[in-house]
Amino acid sequence: MSAVVEHHDHDHGPKKGLTRWLFTTNHKDIGTLYLWFSFLMFLTGGAMAMGIRAELFEPGLQLLDPIKYNQLVTMHGLIMIFGGVMPAFVGLANWLIPMQIGAPDMALPRMNNLSFWLLPSAFTILLSTAFMEGGMPGFGWTFYAPLSTNYPNIAYFVFAIHIMGISSIMGSINVIVTIMNMRAPGITLMKMPLFVWSWLITAYLLIAVMPVLAGAVTMLLMDAYFGTSFFDAAGGGDPVLFQHIFWFFGHPEVYIMILPAFGITSHIISTFSRKPLFGHASMVYAMVSIAVLSFVVWAHHMFTVGMPLVAELFFMWATMLIAIPTGVKVFNWVATIFKGSITYETPMLFAIAFVVLFTIGGFSGLMLAITPADFQYHDTYFVVAHFHYVLVPGAVFSIMAAVYYWLPKWTGNMYDETMGKLHFWLSFIGVNVTFFPQHFVGLAGMPRRYADYALQFAEWNAISSIGAFLFGASQLLFLYIVVKSVFAGKKATAQVWDGARGLEWTVASPAPYHTFEIPPKITKSTKV
Amino acid sequence: MKKELGLITLLFISMFSSADWLDVNMPVGVTDISQDVFGLHMLMFWIMVAIGVVVFGVLFYAMWKYRRSNNKKPAKFEENHKLEMAWTIVPTIILVLMALPASSLLKKMYDHDAEEGGIDIQVIGWQWKWQYKYLDEKVGEKPLSFFSNLTTPADQYETNQAEKGAHYLLEVDEEVVVPINTPIRFLITSNDVIHSWYMSDFAVKQDAIPGFINVAKTTINVPGTYRGNCTELCGERHAYMPIVVRAVTEEEYQDWIQQKRDAAEQLAFLTEKEWTVDELLSQGEEIYNTRCAACHQINGAGIPGFYPALAGSAVVMNDKSAQIEILMEGIRGSQMQSFAEQLNEVEMASVITFTRMSWNNDKNGDGTVVVPKDIVDYKNINL
Repeated sequence: MSAVVEHHDHDHGPKKGLTRWLFTTNHKDIGTLYLWFSFLMFLTGGAMAMGIRAELFEPGLQLLDPIKYNQLVTMHGLIMIFGGVMPAFVGLANWLIPMQIGAPDMALPRMNNLSFWLLPSAFTILLSTAFMEGGMPGFGWTFYAPLSTNYPNIAYFVFAIHIMGISSIMGSINVIVTIMNMRAPGITLMKMPLFVWSWLITAYLLIAVMPVLAGAVTMLLMDAYFGTSFFDAAGGGDPVLFQHIFWFFGHPEVYIMILPAFGITSHIISTFSRKPLFGHASMVYAMVSIAVLSFVVWAHHMFTVGMPLVAELFFMWATMLIAIPTGVKVFNWVATIFKGSITYETPMLFAIAFVVLFTIGGFSGLMLAITPADFQYHDTYFVVAHFHYVLVPGAVFSIMAAVYYWLPKWTGNMYDETMGKLHFWLSFIGVNVTFFPQHFVGLAGMPRRYADYALQFAEWNAISSIGAFLFGASQLLFLYIVVKSVFAGKKATAQVWDGARGLEWTVASPAPYHTFEIPPKITKSTKV
Repeated sequence: MKKELGLITLLFISMFSSADWLDVNMPVGVTDISQDVFGLHMLMFWIMVAIGVVVFGVLFYAMWKYRRSNNKKPAKFEENHKLEMAWTIVPTIILVLMALPASSLLKKMYDHDAEEGGIDIQVIGWQWKWQYKYLDEKVGEKPLSFFSNLTTPADQYETNQAEKGAHYLLEVDEEVVVPINTPIRFLITSNDVIHSWYMSDFAVKQDAIPGFINVAKTTINVPGTYRGNCTELCGERHAYMPIVVRAVTEEEYQDWIQQKRDAAEQLAFLTEKEWTVDELLSQGEEIYNTRCAACHQINGAGIPGFYPALAGSAVVMNDKSAQIEILMEGIRGSQMQSFAEQLNEVEMASVITFTRMSWNNDKNGDGTVVVPKDIVDYKNINL
């Protein structure tokens, strides 16, 4: 399938103007909307992180009072998770899944439009609390009861979460239906590209846990406004129950934010090593095992709530098991590189940084699983360092890698390679200067979600803040590079990367508005 | 970039010139358990370093060796079953070897918690302070009890005008005094939202959850003053409710208990005394600033949407008995907590008097003075 599939029908191009984006049912348009929305949220949540790091630059309260500080911490988490990382992966899914499986579009295009447009509505509702008396939610993104039940404006928070949940569930149904029904003849499940596989698993996770989150916020709403006592001990309720429900959602949620990253990384590493991915089947089995295990480890977030010994032991052992399939994935990536013919373009740099820094996040994750030691680590900056290592140079780096990798396919123009590399190195240095010192202050005992801290932590916090400012500023460079490639740049070929495999590279660059209206012929030698 | 690099270098230099940079690891602590935990932590750390060296070593070697300029023709292999078996089984063995010592230490910690004997101290989390009740030591009929409030003055952290002290945000008015070499059982719970009682020197971190009592037992080997924090987000002043534990010899501990008993007797005498309005006001202002101003603000204006204003409040201006009731009982479903145990009769009367006489409340309202006897009367009727 090296020949470019010619586009034969020029009557069905995009509409002009704003209605194109409002009413579009085209998977590429919707993918673009998701990606731009997530970038906007990434900058918004990032600006909040800058506020947090500026306040923590030195001990004492300088810029924020503790109420505002807690609000920024909460909104930073909510926006980055539900507005940044998740929509970015949905955007990539929209763009890539139909093209990678040779389908003309997503299976449910109108629902696709609705599931996107729900998101800006949800975030408008959530952010509108900033202009209300009482302000934004300030109880942490984990909204533990009973702190959250007595907080102002939580009805807005609850409603926004419901809408985001509906959007995610609709998006997931769309992904599953598309993958199950619209693969080009010949693309068997085990032949499916890994990004598609990673999203199939992610979609099932989302459908399984989003209703649990909806249940949690509904009970919260009932407690706050309708006099129930699900989580109020004084009314016979159970505050620990909230945490069990929340983390039953929350832990699979963590994998929702990393599985698509595994898929992306597999594609990129194979392309730039000019070698087929090592262990395609074992990659699939590893992702499935991780997804299954993610349902039985939730209480490792709760080692200090006072569980009985057997429960602590079970959740420790179950959590450590996850290291096995995750290790397999890392070893497979290393083996893919081994004996390759490697070049280091920007997507490859981000992908390799992903492998290394995500693994470091995995190491600290494994340490956190060790219950007796977790009594020391829990809710300190060690945890903050851990989850930022898996989420920023993990999930976020994979998204950036994906953007650089597929941008020529989307825009038809090559991005500026020199600028891309500069962006990578600034981000790489920034991220490590920000988060590595947080391991130190965490081990030394600095609790997380603190607006102010003891003097012994001052130096490392100042360094961490400088790193954060560097990382934050370099994302403006990313914005510039992406915008520039939309309008100008060296014309991209259909193949774009000489080592790339997959159906999306058989269509022209930029990808025509409609692709694979006739399913591509898949033969034994077709690389998908 | 150059400027930033220069700044970072400068910071590194300034960092190494102070001793604080050594705080990059978990404290070894002063209990047998904390030393075991530290050992386990270091074991895990070095295992991670070893795995990292091997994995990243192979990765970096391959990245350098198989760069395109050095290796034009990539290999074609896609799988190797023996290798895949090996890197599934070997990590499994390593993980089991990690989990076994962790499991046995965890069992040891739980067994220690369950042992008989020692001193029982109930720890109660409040927004944003800790209460300690020595269940074995009675003062009158009730157990010895006190609250532990942050003493770092606001001008060190809010306005940043004063120089920060050595124990900035880690100092309290009433330390928890305990004897060394004696098992101490902390029974941890909460009065409002979830807090977490964290003393890294003892390797103790237990959530304080309303409606639950969590147990953490510790035996301190070395006398000294140890400082810790609240580690579960509990609202606005989460960072401002430190823990200070002073471990002393058995003799000093008994002396301290005696002092506490004497102070309680002294208080009974003070309650009987006739108080002038000025005395009440000056004491009331001090209490207001340390206990009330965090929410209701120094100027009594509160924070709209969170904490109601006291200046111009109908209750504070006119209804003396309603105000006493609110302070004694708290307001359910809000962050206004009961101060019945936090303030003694004299303190309670003086802070109420202060709010009734400040911010023009005396001019606009009835300006009644509340004296300690009013509080005693309330307690006699209601408690």
